[in-house]
Amino acid sequence: MSTHASPTFIRPLREAGVTFVLALIVFGPISGLVLDGYSIEPHLGRPLLIASIVAAGRLLFGVLEQTPFGQKLLARNARKASGGVTVARGDEYKLLYFVVPLVIAIGVTLPFVANKYWLGNLILALIYVLLGLGLNIVVGLAGLLDLGFVAFYAVGAYFLALGAQYLDIGFWTALVCAPMLAACFGAVLGFPVLRMHGDYLAIVTLGFGEIIRLVLNNWLDFTGGPNGASVPAPTIFGLEFSRIAKQGGTPFHEFFGLEYSSDYKLMFTYLVLLVVVLLMVRFLTKLRQMPMGRAWEALREDEIACRSLGINHVIVKLSAFMMGAMTGGLAGVFFATYQGFVNPTSFNFFESALILAIVVLGGLGSTLGVIIAALVLTLLPEVLREFADYRVLAFGALMVLMMIWRPRGLIRPKRPHFAPEV
Amino acid sequence: MDPRNLLEVRNLTMRFGGIVANNDVSFDVAQGSITALIGPNGAGKTTVFNCLTGFYRASEGTIHLAGDQGCAPLEVGGLLSKPLIGGSYLVARAGIARTFQNIRLFREMSVVENLLVAQHNHLDRNLLSGALGLRRYRQAERDGIERAFHWLRVMDLEEDANRLAGELPYGRQRRLEIARAMCTGPRLVCLDEPAAGLNPREKADLAERIQHLRNEHRVTVLLIEHDMSLVMGISEHIVVLDHGEVIAAGDPQEVKNSPAVITAYLGADDDEEGAA
Amino acid sequence: MDWHILGQQLVNGLTLGSIYGLIAIGYTMVYGIIGMINFAHGDVYMISAYLTAISLAVLSAFGVESVPFAIVVTLGLTMFITGVYGWSIERVAYRPLRGSTRLAPLISAIGISLLLQNYVQVAQGARNQGIPSLIDGVFRVGNDKDFVQMTHVQLLIVIASFGAMAGLTWLIQRTSLGRQCRATQQDRHMAEILGINTDRIISTVFVIGAAMAAIAGTLVTLNYGSFDFFVGFVTGIKAFTAAVLGGIGSLPGAMLGGILLGLFESLFSGFVNTDYKDVFSFSVLVLVLIFRPSGLLGRPEVEKV
Ligand SMILES: Nc1ncnc2c1ncn2[C@@H]1O[C@H](COP(=O)(O)OP(=O)(O)O)[C@@H](O)[C@H]1O
Ligand SMILES: [Mg+2]
Repeated sequence: MSTHASPTFIRPLREAGVTFVLALIVFGPISGLVLDGYSIEPHLGRPLLIASIVAAGRLLFGVLEQTPFGQKLLARNARKASGGVTVARGDEYKLLYFVVPLVIAIGVTLPFVANKYWLGNLILALIYVLLGLGLNIVVGLAGLLDLGFVAFYAVGAYFLALGAQYLDIGFWTALVCAPMLAACFGAVLGFPVLRMHGDYLAIVTLGFGEIIRLVLNNWLDFTGGPNGASVPAPTIFGLEFSRIAKQGGTPFHEFFGLEYSSDYKLMFTYLVLLVVVLLMVRFLTKLRQMPMGRAWEALREDEIACRSLGINHVIVKLSAFMMGAMTGGLAGVFFATYQGFVNPTSFNFFESALILAIVVLGGLGSTLGVIIAALVLTLLPEVLREFADYRVLAFGALMVLMMIWRPRGLIRPKRPHFAPEV
Repeated sequence: MDPRNLLEVRNLTMRFGGIVANNDVSFDVAQGSITALIGPNGAGKTTVFNCLTGFYRASEGTIHLAGDQGCAPLEVGGLLSKPLIGGSYLVARAGIARTFQNIRLFREMSVVENLLVAQHNHLDRNLLSGALGLRRYRQAERDGIERAFHWLRVMDLEEDANRLAGELPYGRQRRLEIARAMCTGPRLVCLDEPAAGLNPREKADLAERIQHLRNEHRVTVLLIEHDMSLVMGISEHIVVLDHGEVIAAGDPQEVKNSPAVITAYLGADDDEEGAA
Repeated sequence: MDWHILGQQLVNGLTLGSIYGLIAIGYTMVYGIIGMINFAHGDVYMISAYLTAISLAVLSAFGVESVPFAIVVTLGLTMFITGVYGWSIERVAYRPLRGSTRLAPLISAIGISLLLQNYVQVAQGARNQGIPSLIDGVFRVGNDKDFVQMTHVQLLIVIASFGAMAGLTWLIQRTSLGRQCRATQQDRHMAEILGINTDRIISTVFVIGAAMAAIAGTLVTLNYGSFDFFVGFVTGIKAFTAAVLGGIGSLPGAMLGGILLGLFESLFSGFVNTDYKDVFSFSVLVLVLIFRPSGLLGRPEVEKV
């Protein structure tokens, strides 16, 4: 069109003007007039600032659109957004033989060099990696939007807390049983909803997440209500990671004649968690080349075609949903162990949103992307503490922008390569 | 059921609210035949396919598929209405595969993966044996890949094996869809306008491949097609639909000479339909 | 059974249900026209509650004494600004995603929902907000001890909701704009070919939905007087339940579903348990989806192969 004509500023300016007015209407009252009891406290500078920024952005975009450079930029992005997925050549995995052992080695040594604060953060980050990987199965691979993922996380965490209280269950039992229980919850919730088409799953899971929280909050006799429930320290071969043995064994530090320190418990949690995450990553990489994983992705691409090939779409979707739930339950056990205590506020909607943001940023389907996104989104806010208030705002904006610019995420998975046997 | 028939459609009627897309349609597909379903646009051909393959539940009538190796015949409607587990996927498992008028490939998956998905029910789906890489699992995967490459060779797509399905040229996507349907190991394959959008050379090539499928791979073919020379050239039996009703059926010669067909379909629009 | 409690819960349920119905309209129209669940709709409703309180406070700061005048101006302003919100959200977050993957607009909608919640939280503070009660007065039936009452605000809510619903029905059924909306809903591609600017129609639907949510927001604020940045979440889910119960895509269905859900919920909290009333409403959603996915007045969907 106007590739060679010099850019005109009239149209962008007019558009920027309109944008400015609209932005003033939208942002004016809420950010400019702050409610203070029944009266108003004016902050008129704020809406002007926001509207100016928005309008300036619009102007910049409008001008850029007209320059050859900008057009190239936009065209490149459009092309990438549509395709972007490629098939592997089958020989690019050599590098992994160096990188993977290196990452594992770093992962194992970290707890011995990190201080207690960072060790805690690392554990949380790994928990989110696990949660991200679990939700990635549901959203990224199977294309089902689960907005109440945190419910399964809660099931896992509360299973350990309440199981210890009522049934005398320990860490290791919970590690095996909690994922199964979470999967059962997933099945009961998913089966009726997954049978119909449409996006009802999203709203049903959204509601379910809220319901679980409400029940945990209101069922005082059983769950302890808002006060939560305490979680016993983990054990290894009967040795407890607590100051005084409560579960009838010997404390870990006494057995080895060490000074008591809560670091041991953290290190132990971290190392077990690391092993679980590594196993999970290994499993997921394989899964993408297994019939079930392929069927999930196929279902995301085209459900009708899948049915015409004899794939029972309900069972396949349900299996993805249950796998996700299982991973959520697993993560819950670690969270409960790490905190030593659970209460309903840890399992609100924003938690689900954070996990979804991890999956979206990581690139719907890419294991590596999800791991990086989980580490970034959980560790970065620790560094940028002063922006804590804007965290959710950033996640929201991020989801919208990612969907517009990079619906397949920052890292796009490669399709596996196949060759016939000769 | 007549033992010579693979499929018997009786009094099939399909209504969408007030629209009657199929009215009292009856026809047979003989074992090992190439049968064509023709008719002007909007005649209800695709709707018949959707009923056969279980995507629509017919308002009235029955569709019987001969049982495999001496088993009792299956009724498609019965497969759909099984409590809890019923669904169109059961029809595919019973041996009816199909392609779609608007191609439905898994566009962001590779060509081989498309074919492996089609073999889902023949592979080892157990997550544990896959995760542990058991021998049984590896053998099943190898067989699956071999079968995929076999069908790629049959449809002449081998060099595209490791490309994304969505980036193939149109004609190749059509062929890939047929290969994918064949990978399910069907007894009856339903092709919905497989030659639409192909050039004359590709059409001739396709006609040859369809005959090859039937002759060498023993599959019965039911096809919807607008290209009269292709239809007349390869099919033994032709069913003509118009306004949702069967107006003629028989071998190509009979259909060509049927007055009803000439007025309703071949008459004035012959050239137009043929060229489309 | 205490008949006065039953009567009171029915009155409360009718009020609550009218509100659900008004919000459900936004869900049902958007779903009908572009087939997506607009998760940000509940938060648009939340925004309108803030706008109501802000407008009332500003008016009283300027010395406006007349309550009816203040309410009418507030309602108008709130509907206008909330409508602009609806328009902008569609323009910024959904329109660029037409023809993208099926998941993209849903995720974008969740993003907008988070964005709005946090924006309000940052701008206005996380605390609970409120307005003074402006309309007093009740109609009361019964003796001093056992009575059924309907406050004037509740009556206003019911009348205004039915008025808005009637107006909207007239707009959709009788005007050219309404015809274009219905045509676009039936077949967007065909409507486009016939020269309808479907992008504009879709925008209009978002504006209408937002304006209806704004009426609900203003009325609820006048009634309960208290809200925070999170009220859109649960109310949104329930309004969506109402839309599904009535048959998603159907306007009368939205109102019917809203009123039924309001009544159910009131009766449940009056006679069974208040703590679990949200759990109950949510179970209604799941049960409807299992046993009657097309709702009470909706048409069953036939999937296009
Ligand atoms: N899902 C549906 N809902 C409503 N009408 C449909 C549906 N599917 C097909 N039809 C109608 O049925 C008639 C036959 O369509 P179709 O079978 O696609 O024709 P053909 O494949 O012969 O061109 C058309 O009038 C079409 O509008
Ligand atoms: Mg057709």
